[in-house]
Amino acid sequence: MSLDDVLDIISALLVLVGAFLTLAAGVGLVRFPDALARLHAATKPQVLGLIAIVIAVAIEARSWQVLLTLIPVLLFQVLLAPIAAQMVGRAAYRTDNYRADLSLVDDLAADVERATSDAERANVDTDRTDRDDRA
Amino acid sequence: MTVTLGVLYITIGVLFTGGALAALYRIVVGPSLLDRLIASDVLLTTLILVVGAEMVYNGHERSIPMMLVLAATAVLSTIAVARYASGQGTRTKEGS
Repeated sequence: MSLDDVLDIISALLVLVGAFLTLAAGVGLVRFPDALARLHAATKPQVLGLIAIVIAVAIEARSWQVLLTLIPVLLFQVLLAPIAAQMVGRAAYRTDNYRADLSLVDDLAADVERATSDAERANVDTDRTDRDDRA
Repeated sequence: MTVTLGVLYITIGVLFTGGALAALYRIVVGPSLLDRLIASDVLLTTLILVVGAEMVYNGHERSIPMMLVLAATAVLSTIAVARYASGQGTRTKEGS
């Protein structure tokens, strides 16, 4: 069993980790009850799975240069996946696309309440100044 | 040795296929737009990982630009549709 064989098996095992995380995300997508929980399941292969695959490709090529060229892939995913997840979670919260009976705490509700009442008060104020301007 | 690797790669193929099929099932069944959006995101991530796994299996590095482009542009569709979906809300009122 030479070093090449060991490295081949290590890279295959790393790909296996990525594949397992993909299956875990799929199972989570099917089994979890609401959009927010599914979002949580979906993020597993996006970062950890991709890290495993990137290291596997670099080990298979036995090259640091390949690892360096793959770093931007990781960088994009690590920077952009949270942005996309935040947008989706925001949309899910706003469209009531989650099971409120399954969650214990809603930290955002009080802030939304206050912002709504603030906005209403501001609207009333601007209405009055508009009328004053016209008069 | 080759037998071990063969078994490993068959397992990898089965796992990737299972994940992709589960995401496809969620895209078809729904029930809401956001569930389909999340599932299509998972499908795209699966595609990126499969491209990488194919490079490991066949021992080349030609698909790296494809992984790069997929990782860089995957977020655009998600953000666009998520913004569209949050405009359809029951909670959002006019002007907010």
